[in-house]
Amino acid sequence: MKVRAQIAMVLNLDKCIGCHTCSITCKNVWTSREGVEYAWFNNVETKPGIGYPKEWENQDKWNGGWVRTRAGKLVPRAGGRWRLLSKIFANPDLPQIDDYYEPFDFDYQHLHEAPECQHQPTARPRSLITGQRMQKIEWGPNWEEILGTEFAKRAKDRNFDAIQKEIYGAFEKTFMMYLPRLCEHCLNPACVSACPSGAIYKREEDGIVLIDQDKCRGWRMCVSACPYKKIYYNWKSGKSEKCIFCYPRIEMGEPTVCAETCVGRIRYLGVMLYDADRIQEAASVPAEKDLYQAHLDIFLDPFDPQVIEAARKEGITDSWLEAAKASPVYKMAIDWRLALPLHPEYRTLPMVWYVPPLSPIQSAAERGRVGMNGELPDVASLRIPVRYLANMLTAGDEAPVVRALERMMAMRAWRRARNVDGVEDLAVLRQAGLSVAQAEEMYRYLAIANYEDRFVIPTAHREYADDAFGERGGCGFTFGNGCSGDSPADLFGQRKTTTYAVHPNRQEKHEVTP
Amino acid sequence: MNYLDQFAFQLYPYIAVAVFLIGSWARFDRAMYTWRTGSSQLLSSRGMRVGSNLFHIGILVVLGGHLVGLLTPHAVYEAFITAPQKQLLAMVVGGVFGLMCLVGIGILLVRRLTNPRVRATGTLGDTLILVALFLQLLLGLYTIVISTHHMDGSVMIALAEWAQHIVTFRWGAASYVMGVHWVYKAHIFLGMTLFLVAPFTRLVHVWSIPVSYLWRPYQVVRKRQAALRYGPRA
Repeated sequence: MKVRAQIAMVLNLDKCIGCHTCSITCKNVWTSREGVEYAWFNNVETKPGIGYPKEWENQDKWNGGWVRTRAGKLVPRAGGRWRLLSKIFANPDLPQIDDYYEPFDFDYQHLHEAPECQHQPTARPRSLITGQRMQKIEWGPNWEEILGTEFAKRAKDRNFDAIQKEIYGAFEKTFMMYLPRLCEHCLNPACVSACPSGAIYKREEDGIVLIDQDKCRGWRMCVSACPYKKIYYNWKSGKSEKCIFCYPRIEMGEPTVCAETCVGRIRYLGVMLYDADRIQEAASVPAEKDLYQAHLDIFLDPFDPQVIEAARKEGITDSWLEAAKASPVYKMAIDWRLALPLHPEYRTLPMVWYVPPLSPIQSAAERGRVGMNGELPDVASLRIPVRYLANMLTAGDEAPVVRALERMMAMRAWRRARNVDGVEDLAVLRQAGLSVAQAEEMYRYLAIANYEDRFVIPTAHREYADDAFGERGGCGFTFGNGCSGDSPADLFGQRKTTTYAVHPNRQEKHEVTP
Repeated sequence: MNYLDQFAFQLYPYIAVAVFLIGSWARFDRAMYTWRTGSSQLLSSRGMRVGSNLFHIGILVVLGGHLVGLLTPHAVYEAFITAPQKQLLAMVVGGVFGLMCLVGIGILLVRRLTNPRVRATGTLGDTLILVALFLQLLLGLYTIVISTHHMDGSVMIALAEWAQHIVTFRWGAASYVMGVHWVYKAHIFLGMTLFLVAPFTRLVHVWSIPVSYLWRPYQVVRKRQAALRYGPRA
């Protein structure tokens, strides 16, 4: 047993309102730069839909993630080492910028400077790559927002596999949910395995997956290898970039920006202990449906004295072990089995988990239109097909999804019975397999969701911090040649990072604004 | 032998290679963030599949052929292959892969000059280096045509002697290339110039051919580094 700790995240989709605050705050902090305008380390998708980039879940198209060979070996879907290197001159699986969207801005200045004319001046879009006028915006990072675009296009969503999807195109049967996505900081990351330079790595102390910006050479294999398409190629710097799990904040014991600013309080951050020796074994179980259970099995009980002892041997500090005991992620993923991994069938063992959303049912049930299953409404009559959620969260195994949904409904029914009718409805809890204490805690974590319950993050230890004396007079990260990165006479530098690809003065030469 | 010849074929190679080595080292050390392939495939894949593959495979074989062909001492290979045979081999292999490379670079050059996204995001250096490689390739292919006039391998041996004199720091290297056709001289000079400018362009990525990928483990986990301590030691 080799104990390692990781800061993991759970998102309670039941409470996500699709406001995009997480995406915007993340964008403002990390990717408001030239070269990554198109990149959203965190984005929120409306499901069903093909998502961002287009059809990211379709691994027949992008060849992301791992596959298990007949001999039981795990290899990247894009191929073994030789095959991957043979694709290095032109990666056939690389998404194009149009699969994300061509980044654009609007000519706001024209609104100020337009001469007097018959028609009201407009701010027209302009490409942030070429600087040229864009006649029409064809696609964006959230083009399918709240069921935008026609059903036929959205129906390419791979989560519809094994579902009679045609009926969900009808207005009466339609359904939707939000899916906020970020890097999964996997235990068995496919991006790391595909990097020819070995520039991507997982931090041992907190499990955050990072790209060494100095070592990255821009071979761009990680972009296609990540099945979640959460690595972005910075076309300006020629390096790949990804969600860094706001590690400077995590190290200070603060939640990530997306989690901190989430107005719906849907995000939870906590420590998970796992057995690093069994990662390979868990990721290569034969049946895809067993991957969820195999993943659960490598998590370690933070209350087990043997685990604590082994963890101390690995140098995990007591503050981390205490945090692991109070981890909201552990409660939701292990204690209550509410949280489920996103697409375990990619075999990357993702560490950002999701509580499946309930969909309109309660009010309909009360009006007697929905079948009951004992004390609880039948989950089969939920608006979102269970199979759809199962395809997304458990490789098609419906039982864990049903259990999670029933437990959430049971907790609500029990609370409602207590608050409205003044009775203790234990039957409903019993049916869902919950104790009163568990339900009480679930209520506290899911409904109240206090800040200190949602985020249990141990700070990095002072003794691990570098002596800041050596940093004096330094200039930090400068996108270039150290401290002289911004010198106009930089020998090795490239074009400067500006906020526009084409300088406004040059734009004037390109065309006359109408 | 005039001063210009002496400079171009005796001194210039040392200047070029010195700048290449020291410049690459300086860039690696001082500005590693700028060390990258500079791929623009994300912006436009069109032509990349054929163009980039042909170009890279062609140029790697041609480059390898130059290294082996020019730097292997005559005495080492003459037991297996005569000079005329070796010249023929070089012409065939160089011709085939040179033409592959030419097709590839043609596609890439057209792409770089006409694709609006690649044009807008690329640098002048990216375009110039592609043009220089294109010219160098034309010169190189023309040397094959000229070589058909003398199939005895003598010019090839003279050029190899020049290269071997250069890398072994011997005086008198320039005298070997005095009598050869101008196209060989131009090819050598432009080749040395490519070495000279390489550290300041995207060409540095030739240093980074990721062979170690073939044996590194799939997963990379970094331990926290020991904290930096200044001040007196305990």
